[in-house]
Amino acid sequence: MGKGVSAGTRQLVSIEPIEARGDLRLTRITKSYGDFKAVDDLTLTIPKGSFFALLGPSGCGKTTTLRMVAGLEEPTVGSIHLGETDITTTRAYQRPINTVFQNYALFPHLTIFENIAFGLRRRGIKDVNEQVAKVLSLVELPHLADRKPTQLSGGQQQRIALARAIVNRPALLLLDEPLGALDLKLRRQMQIELKWIQREVGLTFVHVTHDQEEAMTMADTIAVMSEGKIEQMGSPADLYDNPQTTFVANFLGQSNLIKGRIDGGDGDNLVVDLFGQKIAMPKSRSHAIDNSLYAGIRPEKFRISRVGSPVRGNTLTGGRVEDVSYIGVSTQYVVAMPWGQELMIFEQNDDGVPPFDKDEEVVISWEPGFTFGLRGDEDIEAGTEVEPEEQAE
Amino acid sequence: MKVSLPKSRVPYLLLFPGFAFLFTFFILPIINLAQTSTQTPVSGGDTGEYEQTFAFSNYVHAFLDNREQFARSFIFAALATIFALTIAYPLAYAIAFKSGKYKNVLLVLVVAPFFTSFLLRTVAWKQILGEEGFLVPTLRNLHLLGQQTTVTSTAFAVVAGMTYNFLPFMTLPLYASLERIDPRTIEAAGDLYANGITTFRKVTVPLSLPGVVAGTLLTFIPAAGDYVNAAILGSPNTKMIGNVIESRYFKIVDYPTAAALSFTLMAAILILVTLYIRKAGTEELV
Repeated sequence: MGKGVSAGTRQLVSIEPIEARGDLRLTRITKSYGDFKAVDDLTLTIPKGSFFALLGPSGCGKTTTLRMVAGLEEPTVGSIHLGETDITTTRAYQRPINTVFQNYALFPHLTIFENIAFGLRRRGIKDVNEQVAKVLSLVELPHLADRKPTQLSGGQQQRIALARAIVNRPALLLLDEPLGALDLKLRRQMQIELKWIQREVGLTFVHVTHDQEEAMTMADTIAVMSEGKIEQMGSPADLYDNPQTTFVANFLGQSNLIKGRIDGGDGDNLVVDLFGQKIAMPKSRSHAIDNSLYAGIRPEKFRISRVGSPVRGNTLTGGRVEDVSYIGVSTQYVVAMPWGQELMIFEQNDDGVPPFDKDEEVVISWEPGFTFGLRGDEDIEAGTEVEPEEQAE
Repeated sequence: MKVSLPKSRVPYLLLFPGFAFLFTFFILPIINLAQTSTQTPVSGGDTGEYEQTFAFSNYVHAFLDNREQFARSFIFAALATIFALTIAYPLAYAIAFKSGKYKNVLLVLVVAPFFTSFLLRTVAWKQILGEEGFLVPTLRNLHLLGQQTTVTSTAFAVVAGMTYNFLPFMTLPLYASLERIDPRTIEAAGDLYANGITTFRKVTVPLSLPGVVAGTLLTFIPAAGDYVNAAILGSPNTKMIGNVIESRYFKIVDYPTAAALSFTLMAAILILVTLYIRKAGTEELV
């Protein structure tokens, strides 16, 4: 099974990295079903060799985008290029692209060996035995070659689906919610393995998922999608630390968004008025288009302190502890502010200070540089109504 | 008030009606038939009066005298099965994959012939293929059929009738197995460099094999024993074994030969079906 084998200690199996055949470019892609636009004027470049994630709630168009790249759907408008080649209307079986399907879609009538050999045989590859054996040892399941897919566990089927795709050394490997059917522990392990295999074989991976943690663990670059459009694209750290829309702020992790007004500037900083209390934030981190904005602060960036104790940076006073949840590594507070909003605060339990009590008056503070500013006309709830873990497709 | 039964008895209770039915209407008649098959006429007795003499030679005579009809039965049944498969596969495929919202309507249409009697439908075929029907004059006008050629009372008519009558038995199991195929496996084949034809050959057909096996059995077995199509659409030259059994029983009143023929037919079908299932390897499927 290899369940206990960590990716780092595993012996390298030589599947020579292939030269990825260029970047994938989607240019102004729209896919309509009647009046409904599943994908809406999407332009995107995925650099070769990268691990790219399309992240979004179900129905955001990420799977449709993937299917268009795979050749299983044709865009209504727009073009798809792989390197210099236009593949917009190329049939699926002619594209050097392979997919790991959501429920694996292994051929139930074929053995594991024949499942993996399927693509090689279609292309008339000579050393099928050798190639299949190599990829089976890469996914650490060489002993299962003669089994049928139904005799395998979910995790094993997942690896075989991956093996069946990468054995063809495609220019692009598409993964459609590949870990969705696995339990949490196995999913964590497969995330690390996938990342390792991607580096090992040097293929471009395009990974579709609704699980933000999964996307952040694996991908170099994440494109967050909503309603057929890309909300924001960047590295996991970029997206988390400096989201540009309320949707991204809420969908990727948790955010405290406080309504405010820009009340002048001070060098590289903006002064923002939050219900009568002034705070500072870097100008470069504001995406507001006018004076109205949401000041965003991640819950773990807040510090919580007793009234009267010394504080640094931005402060907000008048808070009252509404709820305390001690969860070992940290304590989560809900603090009610004078303007009626409840803020979420995660405090590391690293200072020996006992947790605050419910109804205690507190001051919250944070480093101004952690603040991000979002357009004040956006929906503050965007991206929160979806509970990503539960939305399986 | 609740009546609780010991759990171990429940399965037997559930099985009882079925067993009772099979025993009364299958096992007993079979035993009776077996007894009859080795009887010989009572010397000096009336027509239809037989006594048990364990004359196994009945089987030899019955078979040797009707070799031709046996062979014809299996050939006709095989042809009807092949034609039905040829027609039903695309039909079932279209219903399973291409019919969209009309799926249920089409399925009802497949079953619709069952709303009229088997006999009536076969008589209707006599009309369709007859001299006064629409088909024959049209084909003659198009010179696709000779002016003197007739269609009724030919082997063609019998096989056509059987094909038609057993078509739903072929279509429904095929549909069921095609419909069960996960469309993503078809997509996966395309994703793995198989074009439409290869996907069909390497994925769709193998995955629909259980339906093919079920459909061909449901067609071939009753077709081999059928006598209605040959009686209504055929001629004395297209007699099948079912017709011989029927006339032995009801016209000649030769019960032992009829019984021996029935057993021989049963055994032959059993052997053929066993070989076929072995070959098709259904235990390997799914």
